[in-house]
Amino acid sequence: MNAPQTPIAVGAADIAADRAVDTAADRAARQATVVAALGPLLPAHALLWQSEDTVPYECDGLTAYRQLPLVVALPETEAQVAAVLRTCHALKVPVVARGAGTGLSGGALPHKMGVTLSLAKFNKIVSVDRLARTATVQCGVRNLAISEAAAPHGLYYAPDPSSQIACTIGGNVAENSGGVHCLKYGLTLHNVLRVRGFTVEGEAVEFGSEALDAPGLDLLPVLVGSEGMLAVTTEVTVKLVPKPLLARCIMASFDDIRKAGDAVAQIIAAGIIPAGLEMMDKPMTAAVEDFVHAGYDLDAAAILLCESDGTPEEVAEEIDRMLGVLTGAGATRLEVSKDEAQRLKFWSGRKNAFPASGRLSPDYMCMDSTIPRKRLADILLAIAEMEVKYGLKCCNVFHAGDGNLHPLILFDANDADQLHRCELFGADILETSVRLGGTVTGEHGVGVEKLSSMCVQFSPEEREQMFALKAAFDPDGLLNPGKVIPTLQRCAEYGKMHVRKGLLPFPELERF
Amino acid sequence: MEAPDPALRALIDRVHLARARKTPLDIRGGGSKAFYGEPPSGEPLDVTPLFGISSYEPTELVVTVRAGTPLADLEAALAEQGQCLPFEPPRFADHGTVGGMVAAGLAGPARAAVGGVRDYVLGATLLNGRAEVLSFGGQVMKNVAGYDVSRLLAGSLGLLGVICEVSLKVLPVAPSTATLRFDLDEAQSIRKLNEWGGQPLPLNASAWWEGTLVLRLSGAVAAVQAAQARLGGEWVEPAPASGFWRGLRDHRDEFFVGAAKAVAAGASLWRLSVPATTPPLKLSGEQLIEWGGAQRWLCTSTPGPALREAAMRVGGHATLFRAPGRATGMFAPLKPPLARIHRELKAAFDPDGIFNHGRLYPGL
Repeated sequence: MNAPQTPIAVGAADIAADRAVDTAADRAARQATVVAALGPLLPAHALLWQSEDTVPYECDGLTAYRQLPLVVALPETEAQVAAVLRTCHALKVPVVARGAGTGLSGGALPHKMGVTLSLAKFNKIVSVDRLARTATVQCGVRNLAISEAAAPHGLYYAPDPSSQIACTIGGNVAENSGGVHCLKYGLTLHNVLRVRGFTVEGEAVEFGSEALDAPGLDLLPVLVGSEGMLAVTTEVTVKLVPKPLLARCIMASFDDIRKAGDAVAQIIAAGIIPAGLEMMDKPMTAAVEDFVHAGYDLDAAAILLCESDGTPEEVAEEIDRMLGVLTGAGATRLEVSKDEAQRLKFWSGRKNAFPASGRLSPDYMCMDSTIPRKRLADILLAIAEMEVKYGLKCCNVFHAGDGNLHPLILFDANDADQLHRCELFGADILETSVRLGGTVTGEHGVGVEKLSSMCVQFSPEEREQMFALKAAFDPDGLLNPGKVIPTLQRCAEYGKMHVRKGLLPFPELERF
Repeated sequence: MEAPDPALRALIDRVHLARARKTPLDIRGGGSKAFYGEPPSGEPLDVTPLFGISSYEPTELVVTVRAGTPLADLEAALAEQGQCLPFEPPRFADHGTVGGMVAAGLAGPARAAVGGVRDYVLGATLLNGRAEVLSFGGQVMKNVAGYDVSRLLAGSLGLLGVICEVSLKVLPVAPSTATLRFDLDEAQSIRKLNEWGGQPLPLNASAWWEGTLVLRLSGAVAAVQAAQARLGGEWVEPAPASGFWRGLRDHRDEFFVGAAKAVAAGASLWRLSVPATTPPLKLSGEQLIEWGGAQRWLCTSTPGPALREAAMRVGGHATLFRAPGRATGMFAPLKPPLARIHRELKAAFDPDGIFNHGRLYPGL
């Protein structure tokens, strides 16, 4: 991701729960203690603390936020994970679990006084069971590697976040990652059967099972998407599904954003659940066409990509119904992929939306809110007004079928004023989404990036309940502290800022 | 949910009172699943005044319903728009409610193909043990803002609080359905079901009992036709076929009627949830297998510990679903870290232990 290159120091008050220990001397003393305690538990090469070694861990995919970890531990066995957790727990040292570091919300941002627990070495596929249609893999296995291992059996793992080449299943579990096919095939949660991991105390624990349910409360939906706040995942059993025999994609042009938004609703109303339903606005289409030369309609106000998959008979039937709806909705141009090469070409632009935006501007900020589908046109028009208000351009790609927006705000991070306006623009999109009946994050997670926006979406009582839920798993608040749920104090401060929107006090101060 | 609502106000007041007096409450909907789980205790807290569909947008595939709404009313409203709850929640009596459906977390024949109750919960409003009304999740398909408390409520048996309102994902009724019958023994059926599951076939439900496997296909017209031609078997007329699946879903078909009689005579009905590929368990009693092999109903007099052991050995668990009289020890015991997390979660939502005390596990 081509996010701002200017590092923003993270507000210590948000991250360090314990304000008593963050002077340089305290940090050095704690580092020495932790290194001495973890040293006997790990091979020498699996423990890093010199800053030249820990710099690669200072951020995740959200590069605007950086923090050097106190120590990086790279365990190679579950016994080592358990030992590191036990030791950190005894010393009351925070632990931030980390996969590939591709997350877009700063969920893996290190803790200044804590250990970053890199699970990169847990990269083995334990088993692929053709008959049961499951794969059991270690947490550091890449998303796409699961589908590759399953391919000889005609099976694949359905959730396909755009970072699937690099992102790991452990990270997918932490974020409840989606992708372009989740309207039909579900999110990570719907495709995971069992998660094995460790509690903050270093005790082995299993959520779910290889059966379709497990006794007691169903803790899997709480764990999946918990951003490393409740337990550390080491092994995951996922469901595999049969590869569709065929997939075909319709590319539809519309001369009006509202017509395109309505077409999305009409497809669903017709009882069709497309395998993928994506939308790009005109600036985005121009940017990706310039990048991939896929033959997109540059005159269209919006382009829809609508995919059907299944047996050849099923696809033929569904494509016919889709074409009928899109024509009725006023599509100005319709093209159906003739073969796999053309289908991939249709998708190439959508899949390259982020790098294409990176060519338009030194930096961009990717937002991730979700709204009810029927409000697609409303949010697009609101974003167009915000472009004027904040004096910045925005390209829009959507998982339209899910109502999940990815507006890409273009800016130059070397210009402090632009960065500031970009942050206000982003917060405005999130708050508008909540007002339209949506949520501040559809699939990228809250991390540190959207902490303030959580104040808008949840009441103080709701946030307190979430803190209590975390405490049930992690009484001392040591797992990834400071992420996901904003404190009362933070929300109070945000509320004050909010009143004077556009006229922030102390514009020279950093804000997130 | 709007705060001034009188039905909700009454519930909030009642929780305040129960908290002050330390009197436990037994959350009640229609009472159709009162038999399920450990015996209820405490003063009844009737949720049925909280009823009605709050919003339904067929093009959004989302319906928001208050917990006391009869499930039958919700299903009728969805059917009018050609939509449904794909997970087929059982209706053990006519008066079951939507809140009860979520709290029990039980799903019907299509579970293995389409997911369970929790997979369709998008959001919920909860009245917790501090008498606070809290909303989690929402009405959109993708939402990772904060912990997913709404889905945690599916199958929670009222342990964490009163479910006041839920938003559910709904889906269009499939354009075509067909039911096929095969003469196959238990082992063959389990193997076949799993083999078919790995192929792009529109499988939707299965049931094996006494040497007969019944299969339901569901999807696009062409897909169902093609699968039918490929799988063979004996085609079952639509009317008896839908009657069969409805009976299976609501536990009114021949197997469950027989099981009810056997339970009255002293046997027990167990639900064994196991990995779908588990070979025949060779336990004594009458058995019906659903969910492609993953759910095995067993009506038996075999003692519980032996069944629990058999299920655990293959990576599953056994639930005592119906027993003569009012037995305890309905659910498989939890392993240590999970038992502790359950206690802590209960305290986090319901610090005074007001709601459905002991309904999921004795003492919890």
